[in-house]
Amino acid sequence: MAQFLLQRLTISLLVAITVSIIGFSLLRLSGDLAAELAGEDATQEEIAQVAKAYGLDRPFHIQYLDWVGKALQGDLGRSLFTNEPVLELITTRLPVTVQLATYSLILALLVALPLGVLAAMKQNTWIDRLALSIAVFGQAIPSFWFALLMILFFGVILRWLPISGTDTWRHFIMPTITLSTFAMPQFMRLTRTGMLDVLESDFIRTARAKGLSPVIVLWKHALRNAVLPVVSLAAVAFGFLLGGSFIVESIFAVNGVGFLALESIIRQDFPVVQSIVVFISFVYIVLTLLSDLINAQLDPRIRLT
Amino acid sequence: MVTDTADIPYSEDSILAVRGMNVDISVPAGTLHAVTNSAFHVKQGETLCIVGESGCGKSITSLAVMGLLPANATVTADVLKFEGRDLLSMSQKQLSELRGNRMGMIFQDPMTSLNPVYTIGNQMQEIYVRHGKGNAQQAKDRAIYLLEKVGITAAESRLGQYPHQLSGGLRQRVMIAMMLMNDPVLIIADEPTTALDVTIQAQILHLLADLQKEFNMALILITHDLGVVARIADRVAVMYAGYMVETGSSDEVFNAPMHPYTQGLIDCIPIPGKTERGAQLGSIPGIVPALVGDQEGCMFRSRCDYAMEKCAVGDVPRQALGEMRGYRCVIGPEQAEANLQASRAKAAVAAGE
Repeated sequence: MAQFLLQRLTISLLVAITVSIIGFSLLRLSGDLAAELAGEDATQEEIAQVAKAYGLDRPFHIQYLDWVGKALQGDLGRSLFTNEPVLELITTRLPVTVQLATYSLILALLVALPLGVLAAMKQNTWIDRLALSIAVFGQAIPSFWFALLMILFFGVILRWLPISGTDTWRHFIMPTITLSTFAMPQFMRLTRTGMLDVLESDFIRTARAKGLSPVIVLWKHALRNAVLPVVSLAAVAFGFLLGGSFIVESIFAVNGVGFLALESIIRQDFPVVQSIVVFISFVYIVLTLLSDLINAQLDPRIRLT
Repeated sequence: MVTDTADIPYSEDSILAVRGMNVDISVPAGTLHAVTNSAFHVKQGETLCIVGESGCGKSITSLAVMGLLPANATVTADVLKFEGRDLLSMSQKQLSELRGNRMGMIFQDPMTSLNPVYTIGNQMQEIYVRHGKGNAQQAKDRAIYLLEKVGITAAESRLGQYPHQLSGGLRQRVMIAMMLMNDPVLIIADEPTTALDVTIQAQILHLLADLQKEFNMALILITHDLGVVARIADRVAVMYAGYMVETGSSDEVFNAPMHPYTQGLIDCIPIPGKTERGAQLGSIPGIVPALVGDQEGCMFRSRCDYAMEKCAVGDVPRQALGEMRGYRCVIGPEQAEANLQASRAKAAVAAGE
């Protein structure tokens, strides 16, 4: 187990370094940052001054190492727009995003796992078809459109739920439903296929030959084998929910990391954008590591490789 | 469907008694008659071997007894009794109380028959606790005792191991030990050695035979290996295309096979000391016919040396020679006996040349 952990940590570290280099370069490849910061009418001289002020005139690798060195000490620079430290900007916005992503992930799994198991058990019946229809619906409908429909229906017409902000738990209902509607179908499909595979396997026949009750056969012997891929997917999906909910956060005015990223891109606030990109990548790395560890806990065969 | 096996007597103390059992499986192409008019029984301490080629219905027969067939299979029978209780009228719940408790089953592939994500100990204890035999500690003690019984060293430390940490032979030993946890009266072993190395096969078979004696169980061994049958069977049932074409004691079936198929099968076995090195072994030409749809006549006729016109029509009668001695063929016992002598004489001449 220790060796497994060490191996995964080494891989994670390598990925982290690669991602930070790519993230850092992409922003510099997207155009001349100094020219954009100096404004449209700026002269060559003014652009050069801006470049010097922000250190953009230095060679690429010096800029990168300088940035990494400071980042390791917790200094991600300051926002060009508000002059607040970037780290602070992100950490103040993070809790609400984490909260929303967690609720959405939990809701999605709570619906997807039982539905997927049920669909697999009742394969080719109306229950199976209904579950698959729900999945197609969830995957096909654009999040922003679904969000707007909910706002219109529950917020404007029925006036049951608040439509923006994050003041109470009721504010989280609609954003959570929107995000989990998007995440649920893939979990459901994967659970269903996994269960169908596992239910055919020899050890399930053994479990039945032992006289175990259908409940034990299903939830103890089948599900644990079937959910292994779902765990991996859930980690990726959680990363997506943490970093990719730009649209949903903007629609419901949830003042989270996604919203901050969107604002900063529009304001050309490059220290913030660059930090968020790298930050989200790190979230993915940590979550992937976590899912590897959970899978190793669930399946002893993984621990050996 | 004629069920001329319904009236074959069986003693009330039989652990398992089956008469006129049919298993039909509905498949996209129609109805597959996997088992037709099957009849057999086993008593305490007795070993019955069911022999046949792949796809002859021997595994389906055992799964039918265990109540483990898929939902698209239908079982009908004149008699299907386990310890005197009618299995057909039992609910799934009642059947599950017998499975793993009074009757156990060992499968062909030990590599995939144990759950990969639970320890050996967990899987062995579970079957004991499920059937209310005692608590986890008692289950653990019993598991260790049985693991030692099946010849596994360091039994206690094995309990914490996962299936992938054991070899195929060890896993099959674990399967056997697990199925013995609740002292069953019947063990069905479905080709338990087919997936194992040849050197391990003999060990596992000896183990099964020894345990069967020690625990005084009834054993149904399903195999396509006649050498195995000759060594451990008390009685034999030969299956072909869903039919039990010949039944009898091991001695009777091996010494005086009546059905052309059985005669052919026994011809295929080389006999140490008798069969010349390099001699031509017997073989049965052709393949097993498809079993989908209604069939008429004898299923073996396309491969049979003695096939005649009447083999293609109607149901083939069962020729009864004794209580559980019989075969299903239009050829009467005297002619069958004569055929056997003739073919053996011919083989002797061929060997002499």
